[in-house]
Order: sequence, then structure tokens, then C-alpha cells
Amino acid sequence: MKEKVEHWDMIIEGKTSLFSLQFKDVWRYRDLLMMFVKRDFISFYKQTILGPIWFFVQPIFTTIVFSFVFGKLAGISTDGLPQYLFYLSGITAWNYFADCITKTSTVFRDNANIFGKVYFPRLIMPLSIITSNLIRFGVQFALFLVMLFYFNMKGEDVHVTTAVLLFPYLILLMALLGLGVGLIISALTTKYRDLSFLVSFGVQLLMYGTTIIYPLHAAPRQYRYLLELNPMTFIIEMFRYAFLGRGEHSVHGIIYATSVTVILFIFGVVIFNKTEKNFVDTI
Amino acid sequence: MSQLAIQVQNLSKVYQLGQIGTGTISRDFERFFATKILGKEDPFHKIGQTNDRTTKGSSDIVWSLKDISFDIQQGDAVGIIGRNGAGKSTLLKILSRVTSPSKGVIKIRGRIASLLEVGTGFHPELSGRENIYLNGAILGMRKKEIKRKFDEIVDFSGVERYIDTPVKRYSSGMYVRLAFAVAAHLESEILIVDEVLSVGDAEFQKKCLGKMNDVSRGEGRTVLFVSHNIGAVRALCQQGMYLKNGQLEYAGLIEDTVTKYLIDTSGRVGVPIRNREDRIGNGHIRMDEIIFINRQELATEEILSGDYLKIEFQFQKEMDIPIHDMIVACSFSDQYDNKIVSWVSDEMPHQFREKEHNYFTLEIPNFNLRPGSYNFSYQISRKTTAPEDFCDVLNNVATIQVLASDFFYSGKNVRSANSVLLYAAFQ
Repeated sequence: MKEKVEHWDMIIEGKTSLFSLQFKDVWRYRDLLMMFVKRDFISFYKQTILGPIWFFVQPIFTTIVFSFVFGKLAGISTDGLPQYLFYLSGITAWNYFADCITKTSTVFRDNANIFGKVYFPRLIMPLSIITSNLIRFGVQFALFLVMLFYFNMKGEDVHVTTAVLLFPYLILLMALLGLGVGLIISALTTKYRDLSFLVSFGVQLLMYGTTIIYPLHAAPRQYRYLLELNPMTFIIEMFRYAFLGRGEHSVHGIIYATSVTVILFIFGVVIFNKTEKNFVDTI
Repeated sequence: MSQLAIQVQNLSKVYQLGQIGTGTISRDFERFFATKILGKEDPFHKIGQTNDRTTKGSSDIVWSLKDISFDIQQGDAVGIIGRNGAGKSTLLKILSRVTSPSKGVIKIRGRIASLLEVGTGFHPELSGRENIYLNGAILGMRKKEIKRKFDEIVDFSGVERYIDTPVKRYSSGMYVRLAFAVAAHLESEILIVDEVLSVGDAEFQKKCLGKMNDVSRGEGRTVLFVSHNIGAVRALCQQGMYLKNGQLEYAGLIEDTVTKYLIDTSGRVGVPIRNREDRIGNGHIRMDEIIFINRQELATEEILSGDYLKIEFQFQKEMDIPIHDMIVACSFSDQYDNKIVSWVSDEMPHQFREKEHNYFTLEIPNFNLRPGSYNFSYQISRKTTAPEDFCDVLNNVATIQVLASDFFYSGKNVRSANSVLLYAAFQ
């Protein structure tokens, strides 16, 4: 036989290199990503009366409760900002991050049925999750903007700073950080279910370790380094500074948050890709 | 024509039986150490355990597929048959990339679409229209592709009236119709189908088979088809593969494969009857195989009381022996050799004729025996049934288990015993 170049469109092997991430495949399936996003959005409000209004309910009530408990009862400083605005800004941003983690961390379990029956790049699923959460975030962010405008009219001392240009970047950081952590957890939970118990309350506890209900500079000196280990702290602080003009805006902090994000994200994607090939057998 | 669509080399898949996940961290480390650090083979993959689900193996590790190699030509329709647990679904799962092989390489030319289940990813809250797009995308179609074929899909499914209704309001038949319609319009060079035709009404099943036929014969695409419905496999495929305990037992033309499979799984007791020595007769005509076949056209050893049964006789004969004067008598007896029911062909309106293949069948529309175990015996003679005309007589060649059923439609199963059931009613 002649030594003709054998052309095969696909080669399936047991072992593939750690970094064959198949981003090309992901790109080919981009339509599917949009379909999933659409599905999540539509199925969220089907057969509800209030529909998308439900997106507002959770942040509004959380803000009210926080203002009452932490603001009025405990009297924790809000950096001189109106309490509603202070909490709402933190909650809006935090919700996005927290949703990204909790939803991606169960991605294998929630979709075991589909994953077991048909192939598509598994990464599509978590990517669609962070995208549909983005819509939710967008709606809640709009609420925040309305409040911001209202308090501005009222003559409160809030002002948008130039750091607002960083806003898209902050969103990206939160998305990738949430995705990275979520992917790592999702990969581990296919084998060790224990972790899934940790996620929901772990994320809740982490919220108290982030500057959601207090400003960073109000933290006691000796514990401050603990808060600064948490990359979300810098992202939230920068977010507040950008829109409300108050908060720590350290460039070092953002660089630190960026590097942690990149490391966790890459690690997450690699371990996720490693798991996806055989998880059907173990879940 | 002679281009390969799929080439599989030494494919193996290992599964761990029993519990996974508890107490395996130490094992994971051990495995990691051996494979990654020392570069040795996985210590838990003991060589030589094939997948026989009926016997208990010595290890928790089982080869669901072991060292399978085959080629599939472009445009072939290949039927994959085998008993439960033979590795058919594992093979399809690996081919469709749902799970990955433990060893071996698969090379594929062209796009693969797999239908391991219809309606994967259908969302009950979404309308039929939205689900067509969603399901199409899951199966790997681009949006514009689906848009182009949308009318065709709706037309094929026959649910146009409900297309904007959430699919949770669909009847299960409509649901399946819509799902199959999407899948049938995939534009892939290779289509993998796993037992999806067991759903829908008869008319729709026929439509599906027709569509699959078009796909493989008309459009020249490659089809891999797994089914227990031997009839459908026969109708659809030219090539066949027979898997047994994770190994490729036979590959070739579909007729040969099916025969191989049926012979292999027929209800045999002890030695194959062609090798039995305790037979009487002059041997002009000799039985090779006797196969019990149920309503689903499957070889079986069990049947429900009152259900349909067909017995297939495969025989050999000497060149110059005509068979038009052959007389076949056969019977079922209980374990004490009491004859329960019998048939003799010369009382019945049938004339044996020469055929290309030496076989004939006995069809029993209602196998009205009480639950229990019955032994089958036969006697073949020519011209008369007197002992001097015996060609081949053999007792207890096979056993059939009759299972309890609601024979009298009373809501209760009939009791076990070795006797005949007759329809009757108390007044």
C-alpha cells in the first residue's frame, strides 16, 4: 500500500494530553451555548405571574434585611454611604459570583442524564451557566443603577468615578473566578460527593469573609490580611469605588485578584476536561 | 466506496464493579503512583477478566469491552447484536464520545451523530418549536441548519398543530415523534442509533425504519444500529457484528451474524444437538439446531403462559432424499417424561418443500401450558411413523421455561403445574 497521508476527522483515544482543551470544539457549538442560555431564561419565568420581576425580589429583600440587622441593630459602618445603596451594591455583585460557583459546582450531577446520552463539549454547560447568570446580574444591576440615580437625585454624597471603566473587567474576573472554583468542585464531586455539602454553606460563609456587609477599612487591623487573601474582597471594593466613589481601590489588589483568577480558572478547566471524559462511569 | 468510515483498534473499556467513591482515595493514590510516577500499567486492571455477568469474578474490575478491532466502510449499515451486557451500549457510548476508552484507538472520518436516546435535553416548559432548536443544537446542528430543515422536521413529526405548545402537554407518542424527527434530520456522515425504535406506534415505527433506510441506502451514510429487534436489524443492515461478553464474536454479513447469534443463544441443554450421540434412526435427515423464538423474533428459553412461540428446526439431509414425504412429530413433556402436548405433521395441512436453507418452523399462536419447565423432543421419519422409517429421533433436546401470566384475564397469575390450559368460563 502506498504511504498515503491518512486523513481522519477524529481520533478517540484513552489518554489525551492534559492540555488538549478543545476550544475549537467549544466554538463550533456556540449556538448550543446560546440555546441553553435562552432555555434557562425562558424556563425561569414560565408559569409564574410576576415573571422576570422575581429577579428583583431577592436582592431587594436581602438589602432590607441587611440594612435592618447590620445597619440599624448592629450599627456596622457603611463608609458614610446610604445603607441601602451600600448593601445592594455588595449583594448584586456577590450574587453573581455566588451563583456562578454554586451552579457550576453541580454541573455534572444536574446534567448527568444529558451528558450520559450525547456528546458536546462539556465546557458549554458551565459557560452557559455563567452567561445566563449574567442576564440575571444585568437585571439586578439595572435595579442598582435606578437606586443609584435616586440617591444621587436626593443629594446623597455618591459619585461615579473613572474606575467605572474597569466595570466589564470586574465582571469578567468574577465570572472566571466563580467558574474556576465551580469547575474544580464539580470535577471533585463526581467522585467524592462530600464536597457538594460544603459548597452552599461554604459560599455563604465566604460572603462574611468578603466586604459585603462592611467596608474593608472598618476591618480590625490584625484580621485585615485574612480578608485580603480573598480575591473577591478587592473586586467588591473596586466595584463600590467605581460606582459609589467610596472603597479601597488598590491596583495591587486587582492584580492579585487577576492572578488568583487566572490560576484557578486554568486549573479548573484542565481538571474539568480530565473528568468529563469518564465521569459517566463514576457519577 | 472502499473508504473506511470507522476504524477501531484494540478497543477496551474497564469498569469497576461495586461501590465507587467510598474508601477509594487511598486506592486513587496507589493507582496514580503506579501509572503516573512509575509508568506502569494500572494495578487494578487485572488481565483476563471478561464480562460474564452471570458468574462472580475474582476481581471488581471488569472489561466491558476487550480488545475489539473492526473496520466499517463508508455507507455501510451495520447492526450490532448481542445479549444484555455484551458491551453493545458501551461500544456506542465510546464511539459517540460520551465516555472514553481505557485502551485502544478509534479513528473516524466524517461527523458523528449519535442517538442513544430520543429527546435528550428536551425541556418540558419549552414549546415544540423551541425544543427542536435546543435538541438540534445538542445533537450538534448549527442554528441555520435547523432553520433550513425546520419545516421538514415538523412535517415528519406530524405534530404541527402543537408546535407552539410546551412539550410537557404532549402525549408520550407525540414527544417521541418530535424527538425522532429532529434526530432523523441530522446531517452527519455517521449515524449511531441505539434501540430508539421500540417507541411510538406501529405506523411511526415503520416511518422511522423507512427513514433510516433512506439514510443508509439512499444517502450513502454510515449507520450503526443496536437493537434486540432482530427483525429490524435484518431489514435495515447489510453488515453485522455480534458481541459476546465484551468481545467481538463474529463480524460479517448480517444474515450470518444473526444466525450465529440465534444459534449461540438458543435454549440448548448440555451438548449441541448436532453432536448428540444418543439418537435413533437412519440419519437420512438429521436435526442441527432447534431454536425457540418469541413474539419479538428473539431466541429465547422462556415464554409467558399463553404467549406466542415459534420453533425453528434446522436440519441436514442426504443429497438424494426428498422431504415432501417427511413426517415430523414433536412434543413437550414434563420432567417425568409425561407427554403434555404433541404435534404430528401428517395430521396437519402442510407440505414440506425443498428450500434453499434446510429449515422449517412450527408456529404456536398460544402456548397454553401452565408455568413450569417442559422438555422438547422430536421424531423425524419418512412415509410412515413406524420405527423402521425413523430418520432422526431425539428426546429432551431443549427445555423451555413457561412463566406465569394472567391467562384468564382475572387479574391473577395462573398457578404452576405441568398441564395444559384451556380457555373456559364458569357460569
